[in-house]
Amino acid sequence: MSSTEQSSLDEIFDADIVAKAENLMERYPQSRSALLPMLHLVQSVQGYVSQEGISFCGRQLGLSDAEVTAVATFYTMYKRRPCGEHLVSICTNTLCAALGGDAIYKAVQEHLGEDGKPLGHNETVGEPGSKGSITLEHAECLAACDLGPVLQVNYEYFDNQTPEKTIALVDALRAGKKPAPTRGAPLTDFKGAELQLAGFFPEDPIQYRADVDGPSQAVETLRGAQIAQDRGWTAPVIEDVPLPEVQKK
Amino acid sequence: MTADPITPVLTKRWLSPNSWQLKTYERLEGYTALRKALKGTPEQLVQLIKDAGLRGRGGAGFPAGIKWSFMPQNEDKPHYLVINADEGEPGTCKDIPLMMADPHSLIEGCIIASYAMRSHHCFIYVRGEALHCIRRLNAAVREAYDAGYLGVDILGSGFALDITVHAGAGAYICGEETALLDSLEGRRGQPRLKPPFPAAAGLYAAPTTVNNVETIASAPFIVNGGADWFRKMGREKSPGPKIFSISGHVELPGQYECPLGTTLRELLDMAGGMKDGIPLKFWTPGGSSTPMFTSAHLDTPLDFEGAAEAGSMLGTTAVQVFNETVSVPWAVMKWTQFYEHESCGKCTPCREGTYWLAQILERMVAGNGTEEDIDTLLDVCDNIFGRSFCALGDGAVSPIVSGIKYFRDEFLALCNTNKASKPELVGARA
Repeated sequence: MSSTEQSSLDEIFDADIVAKAENLMERYPQSRSALLPMLHLVQSVQGYVSQEGISFCGRQLGLSDAEVTAVATFYTMYKRRPCGEHLVSICTNTLCAALGGDAIYKAVQEHLGEDGKPLGHNETVGEPGSKGSITLEHAECLAACDLGPVLQVNYEYFDNQTPEKTIALVDALRAGKKPAPTRGAPLTDFKGAELQLAGFFPEDPIQYRADVDGPSQAVETLRGAQIAQDRGWTAPVIEDVPLPEVQKK
Repeated sequence: MTADPITPVLTKRWLSPNSWQLKTYERLEGYTALRKALKGTPEQLVQLIKDAGLRGRGGAGFPAGIKWSFMPQNEDKPHYLVINADEGEPGTCKDIPLMMADPHSLIEGCIIASYAMRSHHCFIYVRGEALHCIRRLNAAVREAYDAGYLGVDILGSGFALDITVHAGAGAYICGEETALLDSLEGRRGQPRLKPPFPAAAGLYAAPTTVNNVETIASAPFIVNGGADWFRKMGREKSPGPKIFSISGHVELPGQYECPLGTTLRELLDMAGGMKDGIPLKFWTPGGSSTPMFTSAHLDTPLDFEGAAEAGSMLGTTAVQVFNETVSVPWAVMKWTQFYEHESCGKCTPCREGTYWLAQILERMVAGNGTEEDIDTLLDVCDNIFGRSFCALGDGAVSPIVSGIKYFRDEFLALCNTNKASKPELVGARA
């Protein structure tokens, strides 16, 4: 790496990010395991995995750019183009699609499109990173099928969607508002979510608590437990029994 | 004695306010199993899990106690426990609510299982899109360290354990255990050739056990209740309760923790029946990789044996219910597009096969197929099934083969409308 490349990296990824990268490496018996979180980390700085981001990870971990690129391009959560302030991921896998997910995705594409051209998969409306900009994607199963059709904004869940609800949601995001997710922490932005995925959480205790305690107890999630409680159904009673005896070898 | 229709074990704390916090968990018997386990020996715990007959909840149903017993008794190399929390199988949505609602049950299970397998470092590999779970798990791990349940000399036992929560980055294939290990090592998530199995050479080529979230979260309850208690639920070869995730065209979709062996008829009854009374057409017992069932299978017991005898698999008990308004070829096409996207590209049958399957199905659904396409689909499926590197390929053909088996007429109808016009050249033949 030339010294100009080196100093350009230092400009983008400051001492704090270097310290965080080193912290990640200490979490694993072998430092290369820190590569996936580190790619989330560089994404939290730039809103995507840039060429500089790749070089930064390579420099920290002693890997070539090619080795890091091979990994970065394998995973769909690493974006190769700058993302909007928010990432909106709409599930269009079979079950959500059958419940209306395809219609929601199409409606949002058309709604956010410009000059009669619908917004495409992984495309951004607004200047990437600027307030109210949105990157749209169709997502594979988001593991919330009982709450379908679902979408995520910056990986926080918005459950039981309809085209109307989703359009109101993206309009609010475009206007710089941050509607509360059905399940998850209060919205920040895509970069903020990426920092948490890298394993760094708010240091302010009030914000930390608000994030962790963000809602999760959806009616659907609790349904079976609730029905059981209402009808007096329980698992068999637990009585303390000793661990089995085994012969000493 | 027959168990109740719903048997909340894993889900019993979910109704409590702030169920994810340590103080709630401790108030509701949390970490009592750990104290009991640490007074026993690793051998006793492995024997207990064997006696209970706990089978893996990630889809394959391998007996967990047997898996644990594969770990070497010596500690020549470090041992690792890796939790597969990369939930992504279409339809599957049980681990994510579990980790959100009761992360400490997983943490306690991890400590017990690590002690049983002489591991001092456990990794929880969580699907990246599950940010709220990652947050809750991190908070739970932090609370557990502060309370002395993690770290050196846990509860004065001399046992030491660290847990690292690791976020994935959006690749379904990383739910395959060896691909997960490659991913955890900072590589592309591609499956490894077995043998060697992870117990011999897993993470960093050291002895490793990979277990599903629901499996490990069951361990504390088994430690407290014993094998006989666990076997009061479920069936002889598939004991215990299981979280059934009912989704789709039902009145009350949601998470229902019932004894293994519960039937769809019973589940539908609890879930308020079919939505708007529109009749059932097809359903999956455990995600899209398990061959679909029809209304002929309403009374099939949903346990590992029952589902297999009826020609499918129990999988993850992700019960996706579709009514008569849904086209089977369309649903199959959508699932096939998923497998095409998620195929890791390592082996040829899966990489090329899923690509062609998706193209043929897209043509058919667009109304440009021919009858021959059905044979071509089955032929390609035959070349993928059992010939792929890992189970993704087998899973990819499940919807197609079962869809054609039960609904061939629908595929034919798509092609018949096309007979009058000039059919397009079949892509796979070009």
